[in-house]
Amino acid sequence: MTTEKNEVLISVRGLEKHFKGGELKALRGVDADICRGEVVVVIGPSGSGKSTFLRCLNLLEQPTAGTISLAGVDITDPTVDINLHRQKMGMVFQHFNLFPHMTVLRNMTIAPIKLLKKSREEAEAKARSLLERVNLEDREDAYPSQLSGGQKQRIAIVRALCMEPEVMLFDEPTSALDPEMVGEVLDVMKELALSGMTMICVTHEMGFAREVADRVLFMDEGKIVEEGTPEEIFSSQKEQRTKDFLNKVL
Amino acid sequence: MSIFEQWWLPIAELVENRQPLNFFQNLYKEIYMNAIKDDRWLLYLDGLWVTLKVSFFAILAGTLLGTVLAVLRLPSVTDYRYRGNHPLKKLGFGVLRFFCWFAKFYIDLIRGTPLLLQVLIINFGVFGSIRIDKVIIGVIACALNSAAYVAEIVRGGIMSVDPGQTEAGRSLGFSGLATMLWIVLPQAAKSALPSLCNEFIALIKETSILSYIALTELTKAGDYIRSRTYSAFTPYIISGMLYLLLTLILTTLIRKLERRLRASDH
Repeated sequence: MTTEKNEVLISVRGLEKHFKGGELKALRGVDADICRGEVVVVIGPSGSGKSTFLRCLNLLEQPTAGTISLAGVDITDPTVDINLHRQKMGMVFQHFNLFPHMTVLRNMTIAPIKLLKKSREEAEAKARSLLERVNLEDREDAYPSQLSGGQKQRIAIVRALCMEPEVMLFDEPTSALDPEMVGEVLDVMKELALSGMTMICVTHEMGFAREVADRVLFMDEGKIVEEGTPEEIFSSQKEQRTKDFLNKVL
Repeated sequence: MSIFEQWWLPIAELVENRQPLNFFQNLYKEIYMNAIKDDRWLLYLDGLWVTLKVSFFAILAGTLLGTVLAVLRLPSVTDYRYRGNHPLKKLGFGVLRFFCWFAKFYIDLIRGTPLLLQVLIINFGVFGSIRIDKVIIGVIACALNSAAYVAEIVRGGIMSVDPGQTEAGRSLGFSGLATMLWIVLPQAAKSALPSLCNEFIALIKETSILSYIALTELTKAGDYIRSRTYSAFTPYIISGMLYLLLTLILTTLIRKLERRLRASDH
């Protein structure tokens, strides 16, 4: 993994997303560049479009307008094979979305075996080493329903990592967790950030943003209102809307 | 002379002399006449075998076709907005839209008309001028009919699966079809299984309609024996017990499968 932070990995230009035939404008022209190895945290009030922004990045939501390029390839181009590009973008969901009919190990190995054409042994070895990293090596034969929320989310993170993605997208990964389980998930994310992974996190965990983020984006009403280092955003905001929001949540 | 023949001799004598029979003698007479004499039990077994063959292949083909119809009817198939003006994508979208419309039309048509009519049309209309095994006609008619019901059951099962599962599959890089196959359908099958079991049982029983096109399945076999022995009850009851046996075996198998699928939700 490269630690050089200047190469732009994801470049977003003029991104718009309308729902209900334009009645609801979730994104109204978002521009952003995310560099390789960078950890970007997206914050903002609910309904500000941060989740929509994240889901547009791997085209789980089809953008209404604008372009998204990943490593120089415009993935909004209809001739591009989006499935191939999604393999390079791991995603972690608020509600984990583990496959309930598969064991933990199968959850982690099905995509590498079927998509990367890895052998079963190779995929399982990789999965086991990742399970060890999140201290769940003894749960490989468990089914998701037998795990706690925090364990599920840690499995969801390593499931995405099994595909060896270039960037990880986190969509409010701790919002559905009991408070005592938030820490264990954030610890995994911190460790991942330190290992040099490019990460884009939508979260309400301001402590995580302050501690781990290289850059914080504040979104409101479908636009990036302010962006900067955690110090700039949390200590010396320029925009009134950022101030109002932070006053409410901190 | 078999033991059954030996048991029959004293009763036969009573019948010959027009002596009254007691309950057990009467019962044995019915069984002897309708199942043992002239090896008539073989007729039931032949009928059972035909019913089993038709049901098995009709369930198999009906489930496959029904699942395809169900997938074609999903909103995600038709709502998928093909971006841009790439002519191939536009064509693909048009073809999918047509198939979705066709699936709806097919399901309404099949569910809205009697199975007996469908069987008659396929037998005398479609295959009227072709010599073809009646078993194959039976399989085709029953499979085409069952597919329409299976389609709605499977569609319900698919819609009961959390959309987050599809998103998780797609986000890993699986295509829409692969996500459906590996992630959504196995979960849909679990919730659809009780209703599917209903449908399979109904199909087994409905194959009796095929006696209308002179396919000697279980009902026809019983009816044939009734025409030889003039016993109004016994042959039909024997056929009925064999249907019951088939459906009970199927129910047991599906309950086992359900238990296995439930292994993941402790």
